[in-house]
Amino acid sequence: MTQLSVPHLLGTKDLTKDDFNLIFETADNFKEIINRPIKKVPSLRDITIANIFFENSTRTRISFELAEKRLSADTINFSSSQSSVKKGETLLDTVNNILAMKVDMIVMRHASPGAPHFLSRYIDAKIINAGDGTHEHPTQALLDAYSIRMKHKSFRGLRVAIIGDILHSRVAISNIFALNKLGAEVMVCGPNTLLPKYISSLGVQVELDVFKALQWCDVANVLRIQLERQQIKYFPSLREYSLYYGINKSMLDKLDKEITIMHPGPINRGVELNSDVADSEHSIILDQVENGVAIRMAVLYLLAGTKGEA
Amino acid sequence: MQKKLILNQDLLKITISRLCYQLIESHNDFSNSVILGLQPRGKYVADRIKEQLESLVKRKIDVGYLDTTFHRDDFRRRDTPKKANETTIPFLIEDKNVVLVDDVLYTGRSVRAALDAMISFGRPKSVELLVLVDRKYTRDLPIQPNYIGKSVNTMQSQRVMVEWKQHGGKRDSIWLFNNLDT
Repeated sequence: MTQLSVPHLLGTKDLTKDDFNLIFETADNFKEIINRPIKKVPSLRDITIANIFFENSTRTRISFELAEKRLSADTINFSSSQSSVKKGETLLDTVNNILAMKVDMIVMRHASPGAPHFLSRYIDAKIINAGDGTHEHPTQALLDAYSIRMKHKSFRGLRVAIIGDILHSRVAISNIFALNKLGAEVMVCGPNTLLPKYISSLGVQVELDVFKALQWCDVANVLRIQLERQQIKYFPSLREYSLYYGINKSMLDKLDKEITIMHPGPINRGVELNSDVADSEHSIILDQVENGVAIRMAVLYLLAGTKGEA
Repeated sequence: MQKKLILNQDLLKITISRLCYQLIESHNDFSNSVILGLQPRGKYVADRIKEQLESLVKRKIDVGYLDTTFHRDDFRRRDTPKKANETTIPFLIEDKNVVLVDDVLYTGRSVRAALDAMISFGRPKSVELLVLVDRKYTRDLPIQPNYIGKSVNTMQSQRVMVEWKQHGGKRDSIWLFNNLDT
């Protein structure tokens, strides 16, 4: 198989196991390319990509932009703070206006869950979801899974714990879909208030004690507390959260095995992760960032190379 | 599907030996020359040539594999993207004499992509092309090989296939297929 089963990348929920493997194998090739002295290939030279970010982003946006540039695509950047969205334009109008300037692909981040799915029903361009509210963030899950694959080779029987603010996390949802399909066992861990009520229906184990979760897992993917999404208080204070759910070196030392620590960034140092863990040899956080560019190159390449509807 | 044998195992062996001697003629002991096999199938030819050359010149010869997938000009013009292969060039090609090696030369488009892909790794002193089979009068681009195993006249509907015993073939051989469907 050399083609994805989907015309857009809206979420990891829609991807098949073959899709994951195709993306990972293509990313292997791109990873080699971004480590060359000349890091560029001409594949997407006749493609224009619009990065439309209705929400703040540093990492994802830079990563997408670099991926696009390394593939020689033309890129335009758009963020809602400097645009007509402020004047009351609808999402569909904004995007249609951009597409009228002959844009082939859209990378979009939006605060509303389902915004890219809505767009995909009305426009012809290929869409990549770069995060839609608290719903999905497929490229992050792909790069997380890819980083796990590099470190542990196989997903079969691998235990991954996702720790932290699951309720507000699109990274958690996308990771759960991806890891389940790849054959890993998944556990979510966090304070009761930050765990969605029906999360176990997604086929994951639920644990409230972070140390037990660490003892169970081979890989711990630690998430950021998303204070900006919390309109009410879900826990008394950051200090208390850090006391009960923060991960530090002495906890890792107490385990009878070595576990891999991941974090999608940005890290709140001293809250969910202590510096002595984030900067330790167990952490693959910076590998995740490097792999992000390769994964996004693979997704862009595979979607762009498919003619019409898949 | 009808098929015709172009080169059998013995003749193929002789052809590869001849190509190796021709290479030595222009590259001496290969001290400033390297070989790049084009992925996916030029790799096998490059390996075979390396093996013979090393026993002839009694020194290690640098062989790398170059993948051209991301430099092809037919991306988005075919129905599905081509699957990429590994590129491994564990040496510098800057100021070296590079011999590109492929199994079959047809339109010349892969070689064009290879020249493009190769430049990402440096500026070679010179570049030559070695092919096992040259399909004559089929070129889309002004590309001609410096070393030719065997020249054949073919039609567009035909296909040339190089089989290697080590890589799934019955024996080392080169076949011409008549595709009756077209």
